[in-house]
Order: sequence, then C-alpha cells, then structure tokens
Amino acid sequence: MNFDYSEEQQLLADSVRRFLDKEYDFESRKKIIAGAGWSEEVWAKFAEMGLSALPVSPDYGGFGGGAVDLMSVMEAFGEALVVEPLLPTLVAARLVGRAASDAQKKALLPAVAAGRLRLAFAASPKTNVVGAPAAHKLVCLLQGDLFIVDAAEVSMQAYRTIDNMLAAQIEFSPSKADLLAKDAGTAVEEALDFATALVCAEAVGAMKFACDTTLEYLKTRKQFGVPIGTFQALQHRIVDMFISHEQAKSMACLACSRVDSSEAPADRARAVSAAKIRIADAARHVSQESVQLHGGMGMSEELKVSHSFRRLTVLARQFGDADHHLQRFATL
Amino acid sequence: MDLNYSPEELAFRDEVRAWLTKNLPAELKDKGHYAKEELLRWHRILAKQGWVAPAWPKEWGGTGWNVVQRYIFEEELGYAGGPPLIPFGLTMCAPVLLRFGTQAQKKRFLPRIYNGDDFWCQGYSEPGSGSDLASLKTKAVNKGDHYVVNGQKIWTTLAHYADWIFCLVRTDPTVEKRQEGISFLLIDMKGPGITVRPLILMDGAHEVNEVFFDDVQVPAQNLVHEEGKGWTVAKYLLGYERMNTGRIGESKRQLAKLKEFSKEKQKELRFRDRLSRLEIELIALEITNLRFLDRMRRTGQPPGADVSMLKIKGTEIQQGLTELAMECIDPLAGDEGSLALQKKYLTTRKTTIYAGSNEIQRNIIAKMTLGL
Repeated sequence: MNFDYSEEQQLLADSVRRFLDKEYDFESRKKIIAGAGWSEEVWAKFAEMGLSALPVSPDYGGFGGGAVDLMSVMEAFGEALVVEPLLPTLVAARLVGRAASDAQKKALLPAVAAGRLRLAFAASPKTNVVGAPAAHKLVCLLQGDLFIVDAAEVSMQAYRTIDNMLAAQIEFSPSKADLLAKDAGTAVEEALDFATALVCAEAVGAMKFACDTTLEYLKTRKQFGVPIGTFQALQHRIVDMFISHEQAKSMACLACSRVDSSEAPADRARAVSAAKIRIADAARHVSQESVQLHGGMGMSEELKVSHSFRRLTVLARQFGDADHHLQRFATL
Repeated sequence: MDLNYSPEELAFRDEVRAWLTKNLPAELKDKGHYAKEELLRWHRILAKQGWVAPAWPKEWGGTGWNVVQRYIFEEELGYAGGPPLIPFGLTMCAPVLLRFGTQAQKKRFLPRIYNGDDFWCQGYSEPGSGSDLASLKTKAVNKGDHYVVNGQKIWTTLAHYADWIFCLVRTDPTVEKRQEGISFLLIDMKGPGITVRPLILMDGAHEVNEVFFDDVQVPAQNLVHEEGKGWTVAKYLLGYERMNTGRIGESKRQLAKLKEFSKEKQKELRFRDRLSRLEIELIALEITNLRFLDRMRRTGQPPGADVSMLKIKGTEIQQGLTELAMECIDPLAGDEGSLALQKKYLTTRKTTIYAGSNEIQRNIIAKMTLGL
C-alpha cells in the first residue's frame, strides 16, 4: 500500500502545475474563453509536456501511462479550470488503442501522441460532444460498432457548455466513416470507465480550488467588525466541505487505481461507479456551499468560484450522474 | 500509487485473521453489551498472545508493528466481532504514563493494565463541563503528601467495573488562565469517599455513571506530570496515534450483516440506494484512513486533526448502519431480535456525542487544520 506518486508522476504533475500557475491564471483563461474557446498554444505546450502521449502505447510513440499517471494532471486541470479538450482526445485514443486494427493505430496514435491529432468521442450518432469543434476526427459509436470519421464530414453545431467548454451538437452518418471495430461494447465500457475516473480526478481538483478559495474568503471578508470565518456556523460548514473533498479524493484514487489494475471488469466498474457517486455528491455539496459562503460575490461572473461552481455542476453529471451509477453499482 | 496491501502486509493480515478465527470464543461475538468478566476474558486472551497493546514500546509489551500493521490488526479485531478492547487503560492512561509518568508510576501501573489486573475509567466530564471541559470544578487541594478531592464526574463509562479512574481536577482555582489550574490525578476507586451512581440510557443499559468524590485522599505520587499541567496531558492524548478512530472493521462487519439481513428491503430502490451510499462512504473512509496512515508513515508526524475527521465520518457511518438496520423491521415489533436492533439504533446515537462531540471535532479541524 502506498499513495505516493512515482518520481515521474510527481515531476509531470509539478511541471503541469508550474505551467498552469504561471501561464493559465484566471485572467489568461478569461481571454481564451472570450476568444476561440481554447488555445492552440496551450495545447502545444501540453503536448510538449507529453500529456497527449502519456496514455498512448509505446508501440505508437507514447509512454503507455494509465489513469493513475494522469490523475494528478487532471487534478491540476480541475484546479485551474482548463478548457482545452485533452480528455476527449485521450478517451477517443484509448478506444482506438483498444479496438482498432494495427494499421489504424499506426495511422492515428503517433499523431495523437505528438499532439498533432485531436479526437473526440460521440457515444451516439446524434449527440452533444465536448471538444468536437477542436477535433480533427471523431470516434463514433453506432449500434455497438465503432467508426472513425473526419470532423469535416460530420454535421456540427458548435456552442459553449454552461461551464465554458467548447462543444458541438453532432450528427454523424457512417457513409463517409471508416469502421474501427464491430461489437465494441467491451472497449467502450472500459474507455468510459477510464474517462469517468479521470473526470473524478478533475472534479477533485475543482473541489480543492473551491475549498481553498472559500477558506481564503472566510479569513478576509469582514462583517460585524470581524472576519466571517470566526463564526462557528460558517466554520462547521467549511469543515464539511474539506471533509467532502478528502472523501472524494480517496474515491478518485480508488477509481484510477482500479482502472489500471483490475483484472475483472466488474471490479473496475464497481470502483468507478462508487467513485462517481461519491464525487457527484461531493461536487454538488462543495460547489453549492462555496457559492453560499461567498454571499453575493459567489454569484458573480467576475469570481473564479462561480466558474468552479459551473464546472463542478457539469462534472457531477458527465459520464453518468449519481442515480445512473447507483443503478449500475447495485447490479455489479 | 498502489492501493493494495503488499504481500507481506497481506500475509500479516491472514496471520491475524487466522488467529482470531481460532481464538475468539463464539459466545463473545456480536453482543451489544458485555459483562466485566467477558471484557476481561478477551483482554487476557490477547494479552497472553502478546497482542493487547501493539502500540506500546516493546519493553512494556508492545509488538513493534509499524502503523500499517497496527491498523490492519485493529481492523481485523473489529471485523472479527469480539468484545471491544476498553481504551481507558490501554490507549489512554498508558500512553499518558509512557509520555509523562515517573518510572515508578510506569512500573506500578503498566503491567497491571497490560494483564487486565486493573480496570480503568476516565474522569473528564462534569455536570457543568462537557464540551467546555476546561471549566471543570472538581477540586483537589494539595496537602503536601496527598491531595483531598471533592466534586463530581459524569458520563463515566464503566466506572462500575473500574478499579482506577484517571481524572482531570482543579488544583489551582486562582490562575488567570484556567487551563493552567488543572492537574491529572490517578485515583483508586476502592478508596473511601467515592460513590458510583448508575445512569441508565434510553436503551435501558447501564454503561455510564456519575462518580462523586467526598474528601477522597489521593497520595501525591499519583499526580502525573506536574501540578497544573493536566491540560497539556489531556491535549497530548487527543493527538495520540490512534490507528482506527473510524472503526472501519466494526462497520464493515455491521455492513456485511446488514446487506445480508436487508435483502428483501433492498427491493425498495430508495432503501437500496441509501445502503449503497453508506457502503461507498465506508469505502471512502477506509481509503482516507489509509491515506492518513501512509502520510504518517512517510512524514513521521502524528495524525493531529486528521483523527477528528475520521471520528466524524466513522460515527456518522455507524449511526447510518444502525438506522438502516432498524428500518428493516416493523417499528411496532416486540420480538427480541427486533427490539435489539432498535436498541442498537438508540445507543449508537451516543457516538457523535462522546469522546469530543462531532461539533467539537469540527471546531478542532477549523482551528488546527484550516487556521480559522
């Protein structure tokens, strides 16, 4: 038993954090959102740090990392509320890596690893897909079969989600697509568990930001002549936020670890669903309390806490909300 | 990161588990309340094996296990369903003596605690001093070679079994900082002037008591640490390395029994989902506990306010389990099994109140961890 990150994992997490602290503060992020909705420069930087190569197999130019390797990266993304669509590419690449032919992998994965090819995954032919407007190709699921198609061949209406992620409503027909795999159900379930575990880690990061910034506010905001953090009613509420965050973090560790190490798919699925339930509950609790304890300021577009609120609201439900995973957990 | 125990840790767990299976008498399992003889019987079985006080230094009978082994042992102990090891001697008085006691005090008390010769209880709370413990009034007047103690303690768990009580008493009512007027005294329960009166709780059981002190003479050599340093001693105990404040093993056992017992009720999805959420909270707490242990192992730092979080969550889970179990039976049922489940629900309400109420635990986290 050990909860340490390995030296490589720690180095990567440190360099991602250093970059985000320096180049991706709230103001920089605001400019990105006011512009294209994502930054090609930032993407290039992520690729340079090896993030797009991390989970790709070494046979195709990657590092062969797993969910645990990405966990601290996703936490850092959650804290900084990164809008660049790394996760969509990684999930689609995972599907390619698990389900596609060797020729297809050779054609796609080295480009993903190098950061030249962005992907996104559509779980049905007509659906809403985060990252689709920035993707070169889409991996699409149609009646259990997996296809890959150029983004240009897909009908796409781009928009921003409530938490400022670039997304599109897509409609895809298989006529201009290449088949990746027939009956890809098992690979899809595995890739979605991988994605869910990473979303859990991202949510844990966003919760950490929400807790920290609220604590800071309680220490500085004065009413009745004293910092409001001296009031016991508020102290107990923020303590419960921190406890929620710790419990959520534990479950994210479990989910990522089981995605990497479970031999039986049911073990993996059970851990991931359990994690998503706890993290959905924690995300709702922490995000709502972080706004409430900020008072009116918490509602303001100007404060990052209103953005972490939106991100947590979406992450709580993305890849299945608590009810969905409760159903799944009970049947495993 | 690896959430699995190492092969060595697994082998250790299996060894402990096998020993417990063989040595825990069936008639001692899963009883809500235990008689003194039953508590001592189990204590002595463990003492004979050398496992009753793993955290003590080896010279006094400790096992030399590392923090993870100690955690595994406590979890297995809880999961086995035997009588609880009463903490007042083993994990409260003894660590205090080990840290602050004189050599004579250690020699006199530690072996008797280890072997179960002395049964200890804890004299902290008073009628007017619960969460605000430092306001305590029980008075000890220094007469040179002895103290004269007058006052009253309350909620004293198992005082009616106890041979000894360790007490916080006021030795100096004049100091400005009231904490500095408190001292830590060891008092023989069999001496004259002590009266124990039962307090029956709502499940009908006699577990806690009032203890009255009427001109009780306590030899000066029963003072631990210096006069006026009792609060320091009490605070040390708060941060003492307790591995399993969350009582994970016991809750796992209760959960397993509840899942089996509630099969029919689980067809109601609202119940099923509440049960799932509770199970997940327990899974999360176990990992949180292991994360704290891992940090302790790496940094060598005592757990501090982490213990408060484990107490809050652990007790909430214990209460949740008894509440769901109760909901599986007819509220009007009169058979013994149903009444026992309801009584278990009643008695478990105490867990969020005792040992520093969960509100006090939140105060501790707010102050020590969050700096509020």
